[in-house]
Amino acid sequence: MNAPTPEPQAADLETLAARFREVLPAECVVTDAVARRPFETDAQTMHRQMPGIVVLPQDTAQVAQVLKLCKEFGVPVVPRGAGTGLSGGATPVPGGVLLALTKFTRILDIDYANRCVVAQPGVTNLGITRAVEDDGFYYAPDPSSQIACTIGGNVAQNSGGVHCLKYGLTVNNVLGVELVTMDGEILRIGGKQLDPAGYDLLSIVTGSEGLLGVITEVTVRILPRPETVRALLISFDSIEAGGACVADIIGSGIIPAGLEMMDRFTIDAVEEYCAPGYPEDAAAILICELDGPAAEVDHLIGEVSTIAERNGATGVRASTSEEERLKFWMGRKAAFPAAAKIKPDYYVLDGTIPRNKLAPVLQRIGELSAASGLTIANVFHVGDGNLHPLILYDANVPGEMEAAEKLGHDILRLCVEVGGVLTGEHGVGTEKRALMPEMFSDVDMQQQQRLKCAFDPDQHLNPGKVFPTLHRCAELGAMHVHKGEVAFPDLPRF
Amino acid sequence: MGSTYKPSDERQLAELVTWAAAEGRPLELTGAGTKRALGCAVIGETDRVDLSGVAGVAFYEPEELVMSVRPGTPLDEVERLLAERGQMLAFEPPDWGWILSGQSAPGTIGGTVSVGGAGPRRYRAGAARDFVLGAHGVSGRGELFKSGGRVVKNVTGYDLHKLMTGAYGTLGVFTEITMKVLPTPEKTYTLLIFGLSAERAVAALGDAARSPFEPSGLAHLPRAEAARSQVSYVHGAGAAVTAVRVEGPEVSVKHRMGELRALLAGYGQMEELHSSNSLRLWHEIRDAWLLPSEVEAVWRVSVPPSAGPALVEAAAPDSWMMDWAGGLLWLGYDVASAEQGARLRAAVGQAGHAMLVRAPRALKAQTPVFQPQDDALARLSARLRQGFDPAGILNPGRMGDPAGAKAA
Ligand SMILES: Cc1cc2nc3c(=O)[nH]c(=O)nc-3n(C[C@H](O)[C@H](O)[C@H](O)COP(=O)(O)OP(=O)(O)OC[C@H]3O[C@@H](n4cnc5c(N)ncnc54)[C@H](O)[C@@H]3O)c2cc1C
Repeated sequence: MNAPTPEPQAADLETLAARFREVLPAECVVTDAVARRPFETDAQTMHRQMPGIVVLPQDTAQVAQVLKLCKEFGVPVVPRGAGTGLSGGATPVPGGVLLALTKFTRILDIDYANRCVVAQPGVTNLGITRAVEDDGFYYAPDPSSQIACTIGGNVAQNSGGVHCLKYGLTVNNVLGVELVTMDGEILRIGGKQLDPAGYDLLSIVTGSEGLLGVITEVTVRILPRPETVRALLISFDSIEAGGACVADIIGSGIIPAGLEMMDRFTIDAVEEYCAPGYPEDAAAILICELDGPAAEVDHLIGEVSTIAERNGATGVRASTSEEERLKFWMGRKAAFPAAAKIKPDYYVLDGTIPRNKLAPVLQRIGELSAASGLTIANVFHVGDGNLHPLILYDANVPGEMEAAEKLGHDILRLCVEVGGVLTGEHGVGTEKRALMPEMFSDVDMQQQQRLKCAFDPDQHLNPGKVFPTLHRCAELGAMHVHKGEVAFPDLPRF
Repeated sequence: MGSTYKPSDERQLAELVTWAAAEGRPLELTGAGTKRALGCAVIGETDRVDLSGVAGVAFYEPEELVMSVRPGTPLDEVERLLAERGQMLAFEPPDWGWILSGQSAPGTIGGTVSVGGAGPRRYRAGAARDFVLGAHGVSGRGELFKSGGRVVKNVTGYDLHKLMTGAYGTLGVFTEITMKVLPTPEKTYTLLIFGLSAERAVAALGDAARSPFEPSGLAHLPRAEAARSQVSYVHGAGAAVTAVRVEGPEVSVKHRMGELRALLAGYGQMEELHSSNSLRLWHEIRDAWLLPSEVEAVWRVSVPPSAGPALVEAAAPDSWMMDWAGGLLWLGYDVASAEQGARLRAAVGQAGHAMLVRAPRALKAQTPVFQPQDDALARLSARLRQGFDPAGILNPGRMGDPAGAKAA
């Protein structure tokens, strides 16, 4: 049953803005249409929506007051970090409030004794590494958007990056958060210790896509920089051979820091864009990065080279300098902008599949692409089966955006069909909400929504994201069977 | 004493829970029953569900680093199957039997994941929750549901399976658990440093942790605890022993041992353990096997590593040991008292938490076994539980259902 939040009247919003101004400095409450415009979309730009009011609170107490007021007015709130999300998670709700954490940009504590950093949620992902790199540390999860995206957004999305194969996603690297619930309650979950005291709430707040609470502080663990980092650039004359090589590397007990693959089309695109010097005749290239103690890295470079040759690699190059390693990566990092040179728009997908399904899935993707008439560039975190097909289209050609969306959804369905999932790191948001039933039954989704109800029973926080159907919490909470109505199951008793 | 039911598959289990929910009959869930003494006892008269029949491997694909098993599968069987393919559960699940009953009792994988523990590698590799990729389960409504998947990179929907990990069966019953597994390291070496105080030990362990030499075990044993080890170098040290573990390919392990020796040279006299001695020592640490078996009360305390030494001092235990570079403390008291717990928790404050692992029944009944949570968190936890199990029939009281924490 649909129970969308009723759209508030403009008059209500005026009163609400006035109330916000009682608790926030005037410049932190944005009602002017031009000033609101930049917030109408995140990096998933296919769908836009103007927010009713934009608020920029400066501290946790103000966030709590903003949420309480929204609750009092029955107005939905959408939290926002840097707006680099690719699934529409930070897309405003019509007539709602957009709460941006833009002013939360301080690092609160760098604690080398306990190898962690406490930061406000608006600090960028790279900002954390920057703050500790002179002392030889870094924060491991490294989304490609790391210059811009915020640590709060990373926690909300459980973001990944090239190095998650070895170092895990955000969830494996967060120790604690401060979270403000829709009631304005300030919860401290976790801290600098490793284990939870009760239920592991961190594991659900991470990846909650702004639906459970507003994150106002984050504690992450930091790692010492590895002694050495080297990469191999391996080429193959077929995707299949590349896929087999990946299986063989991992099957032999090696966990590279990163393992990335690109197809021929992408290789050409990046060569055109920034000339990284990739092999000219390869059907696919693999970048395998190894990090750690020098002795180990050198040893593994040898092992991986042998495995690559055994799997029919047509070329194997190992980086011998930092400059060369960065050159290997240059093309991979330029894949998105290079695609943007070919067509004005691109749609990035983010499905994950079991590694051993790579070859058949890529073949199907090729067929779907041909049938739709749209070109796809394939780049992927192949080590963990996370595919990022880029569908190229031109939004000015009538029907192309819709065709791109349809093709994208077909590909994500395919991921689920082979045992994979709809999203590996970008989140569900609005983009994949309609596809959730591909992966989850109604019962599965209702169980997830009950979690939402425990945090936000009136569903004011980021409504309309993640779940295809809104259910009232009262309805989800009800138990439909009672004493005497269920027969004793056919089961032995002892 | 209620009845015991032994479902043989998830369908039977779901029917049973549906019936119990309708009747309002609480159920105690057990695998092999080896961890019944861990956490709180269930409250009131319950029927028992023996999950040992819902067992077996659903699939194991070594080259994909994934294994999916039903909850009643014995932990040692899981570990044996993995070992055959040179793999392991990297979170090093402890054998709780030693501390709870003085003998090995690894129990089932369902129990292992439900109590959510992790061994010395926690510091580097993560805990059970970091390795559970997905699960199928039965909620307290008797509904079969799933969450997550079989791939590592997955952010589709909420990670209910991670929330259920460590929830002592109070949210749902696992019927299948899908886990990420990892290759077993080729070599395991351990660097021992002798004669350090707790404070110096944490400094040394911190230096190792901050180095690029990737230690995967960072522990400290006072003299008396070290003397209980079966590893002769540790047993015969006649001094406190600080241990740093290094795992990986042989060339790497040798190189890192050399570097660590140089780095930590100023701390004290050193020795190295290789292979089986090294494995043995880390099992002893993992299972808190080195605490004397006659202590009445054992606490497990999770704090920021640097807080470890001061806490040991404040808590004044009769025996103790430290893992996770100082972040995990095992504290033993020869004679248990409620006052110890109060003093310990006051010393921990907001900086971590203390769990009462072993104690005489009477003490467990009066001392909160899990660290009491602040009100807002306790109410939230109660509401979460209600969402999974509205009738409150799954393992009621097993996590000590915070007194007065009514879902609001
Ligand atoms: C070029 C490019 C490359 C990218 N590469 C990667 C990649 O490699 N890996 C990857 O995982 N992602 C990647 N992303 C996606 C995106 O950068 C991440 O999802 C990132 O974590 C979003 O952070 P943000 O601060 O921009 O959050 P936003 O986009 O502002 O918000 C994202 C979601 O989090 C919620 N949210 C934000 N802040 C908070 C808060 N403080 N409290 C509660 N909820 C909050 C929002 O409501 C929204 O649902 C990429 C994006 C781009 C544009």
